[in-house]
Amino acid sequence: MMIGIIDYGMGNLFSVSKALERLDVPYKVGDRPEKISECDGYILPGVGAFPDAMKALGDHGFITFIKEKVNEGVPIYGICLGMQLLFESSEEGGQTEGLGLFPGTIVKFPGVDENGNSYKVPHMGWNRLNIHQPDKGLLNEVGEDFVYFVHSFVVQTDHPEILYATSDYHLEVPAIIGRGNLVASQFHPEKSGEPGMRLLENFCKVMVKQ
Amino acid sequence: MLSKRIIPCLDVKDGRVVKGIQFVDIRDAGDPVELAKVYDEQGADELVFLDISASHEGKKTMIDVVRSVASELAIPFTVGGGIRTLEDIKETLRNGADKVSLNSSAVQRPELITEGADYFGSQCIVVAIDARYDEELKSWRVYTHGGRTPTDWEVTEWAQEAVRLGAGEILLTSMNKDGEKTGFDLPLLEAVQKVVSVPVIASGGAGSSEHFYEVFTEVDADAALAASIFHYKETSVMNVKSYLKERGVTVR
Repeated sequence: MMIGIIDYGMGNLFSVSKALERLDVPYKVGDRPEKISECDGYILPGVGAFPDAMKALGDHGFITFIKEKVNEGVPIYGICLGMQLLFESSEEGGQTEGLGLFPGTIVKFPGVDENGNSYKVPHMGWNRLNIHQPDKGLLNEVGEDFVYFVHSFVVQTDHPEILYATSDYHLEVPAIIGRGNLVASQFHPEKSGEPGMRLLENFCKVMVKQ
Repeated sequence: MLSKRIIPCLDVKDGRVVKGIQFVDIRDAGDPVELAKVYDEQGADELVFLDISASHEGKKTMIDVVRSVASELAIPFTVGGGIRTLEDIKETLRNGADKVSLNSSAVQRPELITEGADYFGSQCIVVAIDARYDEELKSWRVYTHGGRTPTDWEVTEWAQEAVRLGAGEILLTSMNKDGEKTGFDLPLLEAVQKVVSVPVIASGGAGSSEHFYEVFTEVDADAALAASIFHYKETSVMNVKSYLKERGVTVR
């Protein structure tokens, strides 16, 4: 088995790489599709702004690559901004088109609830998961645990079937998303203690296997 | 619901944790990674490493510490101390830190906040403020350089400016309360909480579990940081958290 980490210059690759090492999962990091074209599964990390990230993905030749791999059914795990890029578009820094692999858009947390009370943005800290689809392989032995969120933009979708788990922060925050072999989480699994490590392990050892 | 965060802070000099830390069950009490692991096991929600090295070599060693911590721990951590340029921010975050904390450098050159936030997002940029009450000002004044240098900034104004420039979190230390162990500086925290829209970490004054309860319930701080009461084992992160949980505060 080999996991490919997609390096388009926008991720905290060090932490996710080290997390895979702790799990004894072989991986390679590539900044061009040809360097990691034969992997059995991929991780799409991401920290930063949506428009910069889409541009960087394109510059590194990964847009078509990711879409092809998804079509072939190769498992892919998007993390944080890497998750948001998989949706149709984002309003971060003006409307920007995403990869369109999940139905829905990315919007800023309004910062005001329905009663007009303001709340803090970013959504930062440990929040509890509400598991919607416990039968998914990715969620093997993952309970309603706390995971670490840090984000100002959030997924908005009217397709509940892609929501594996959510979390409550003034609205229902999509936390773990999936459809077929394409999965993603808003939080960083590599920074979310044991439940986070379990998710990464499930991705690598249950979804990717071999 | 978001849980309240408990954050131990470690002072690191030339790659070693300073302040006599008393843990019997670890081999090397000066090793930042060993200590970080102990705190992780106790349920710490995040860690802050404050680099107090003066030398260039010491700063380089700090990057090795960052890499080691990121290699072995699966909880977020912030690194502060001596981060002066966008290059420093990049180096720290690329080696595995989740956030950088800017203090004197942000006061001296506020654009640094914006440069960091534009590049990595606000969530990576913590602005640390050292505050001391000023009789003349009838409010709190911002100090820099480890509390040695008074500035012209009033604390709530600087906090708002820092957020406007892109800070994603404020680490607010009360110099009046620091080391006193008589509780957090609630009026200071309340004043800042009222004017900023980002999370606030309370720092300075923690002496017991009750003090954490106070700061979370009376001023609704998002997180609370402490050093000596954890280092000297006056209490543990675990004890503080179970105390809070029993009283209905959401903790992990």
